[in-house]
Amino acid sequence: MTDLVPGSNSFATSNSPTTTLAPLRTVPAFGLYAAHVRALLTETVRIPIAIIGSMVFPAMSLLFFVVPNRAIADDPVAATQAVISLSVFAVMVSALFNLGLTIAENREKPWDPYLRSLPLPATVRIGAQLTATSALSFAAIVPVLLVGWIATAAEVSPLGLVLGLVVLALTNVPFLLLGVSIGYAFPAKAAIAVIQVGMFGFAFAGGLFFPPQFFPDWLDAISRVIPARHARDLVISAVEGTTPDVWMLLGTISWTIGVAALAVWLYRRDEGHRFR
Amino acid sequence: MSTSRSMATLARLDGVSRRFGDTLALDDVSLDIRSGEILGLLGPNGAGKSTMLTLLQGRRRPSSGKVELFGGDPTDARSRAELGSTPQETALPDTLRVGEVVDLVAAHFPARVSTAELADEFGFADLLRRQCGALSGGQKRRIAVALAFVGRPSLVLLDEPTTGLDVDARHGLWAAIRRHRAAGTTVVVTSHYLEEIEALAERVVVVDHGRVLVDDTLDAVRSRVDSAIVSLRTDRTAEVAALPGVVRAVGNGLDQAEKTSDDGGAATEASTNMADSGRLNLTVADSDAFVRALVASTLPFERLTVRGASLEEAFLALTLAERTTS
Repeated sequence: MTDLVPGSNSFATSNSPTTTLAPLRTVPAFGLYAAHVRALLTETVRIPIAIIGSMVFPAMSLLFFVVPNRAIADDPVAATQAVISLSVFAVMVSALFNLGLTIAENREKPWDPYLRSLPLPATVRIGAQLTATSALSFAAIVPVLLVGWIATAAEVSPLGLVLGLVVLALTNVPFLLLGVSIGYAFPAKAAIAVIQVGMFGFAFAGGLFFPPQFFPDWLDAISRVIPARHARDLVISAVEGTTPDVWMLLGTISWTIGVAALAVWLYRRDEGHRFR
Repeated sequence: MSTSRSMATLARLDGVSRRFGDTLALDDVSLDIRSGEILGLLGPNGAGKSTMLTLLQGRRRPSSGKVELFGGDPTDARSRAELGSTPQETALPDTLRVGEVVDLVAAHFPARVSTAELADEFGFADLLRRQCGALSGGQKRRIAVALAFVGRPSLVLLDEPTTGLDVDARHGLWAAIRRHRAAGTTVVVTSHYLEEIEALAERVVVVDHGRVLVDDTLDAVRSRVDSAIVSLRTDRTAEVAALPGVVRAVGNGLDQAEKTSDDGGAATEASTNMADSGRLNLTVADSDAFVRALVASTLPFERLTVRGASLEEAFLALTLAERTTS
């Protein structure tokens, strides 16, 4: 019977102090970030159809809603603002959809949980996702710019174009982080619904479909806290060479900080999606 | 025992419980993982083995208790700098090529193994240019296990490493794991195959229902798990069941033998369905010794048969033995 008495306790957990080994060596964050950006872009480029939708829709909006309306299309100022609005829309949709949906889907697959077992800081993974999606977002405005250049009176100086693109990239950061947050907060099917409601809400309230000059006061007041409005007005300022208002800058900076904190918190909280 | 000599503790679970909704996946588990050993985590599916690994990988947090990895919190990326893990074979991203996946994982470690060297060792040099989506299950499995070693980690966690592999591939992987062990890597391997644990492990932890049942050397665990079922008929069931060496007895008119089973379950069901009065099924550690004792006792019996216990039965015997003494 002695054989069968379990658990000689020679292996019981000791109460010795925590083992501290030699400092663990880690790799430089930038190289790791570059490796993740490369892998994410490679994955997307090998299935290009995934990004076609976000590239075509904004250009079609310009073609069907702005180009036939000659009062706008033939007016250089109005046409330029319309092209800018739809460029903001294009990068916003791309950021929310590509990031939000991709992250939500990946959480339901086993590769993402595996990456979390590697010595990979949250900020590096999120930073790589933002960069890869930004690159794709900018592909999405090429058709918009082409349609605007060929079929409307929109005009821009070379300096205005460069400044406009830089400001567009910076003001897109809150949407990228919002995409990350949605991806980590919702399962894929719920993420689609949230993204669709969010992107059209932002587009209308932010003045991307109808210029905010025509908004009633109450709607304009709401519009001034919407990040799409900040992005639109700041890019217009950059392209036209005017001085931006303080509320636009404060708005976009507040959104960036707030959503960045939300995204990091949601990433750290996440343990992969579980079906019950 | 020789394995209890002082060794650095690389990772530790200390009074760890983890719930998923209403399910208690781990129930107050304490475990030290010490450098230089191959630790086998053995248990049926759903026993809590994988949950233990995900806690050590920092992918989940415990509901209560403390998890330590290299003296830090495993949810901190820096604590995982010398940890190697295996993805599920279905995890590899379909569109990436094998070489690209190896390079991406290797980018996380300062002293990586070169892709060519890793591919040679684990036998996938001919697959480096293929997209992962085009690989067979066995090929993916081999690459997944290889990824755990690409960063020259000091601790490797292998979750069911050879499930779905044919015999040759399995033996090849075992040889590779032993080579890394010999080179100083500490390995934790989970399996529900006794054979796999026997082939690899020096120390075995048996887990079931989220609890550690046994934590001992391979030989000690093997002698306990390696039990037999003796089946016979007798009209003196109680006395036969009380013979030395009986871990568990199931039969008619044998209420006292059920005392070890607090949730009843299979044992009670078996006894009520036993139309054949006087039939006894006994789980014994050493069937030869038991038969000698039975004959020497001069108790009457007939139709004696002996067969090896399945792993399930062996686990059940261990569970009952554990409960009796606690």
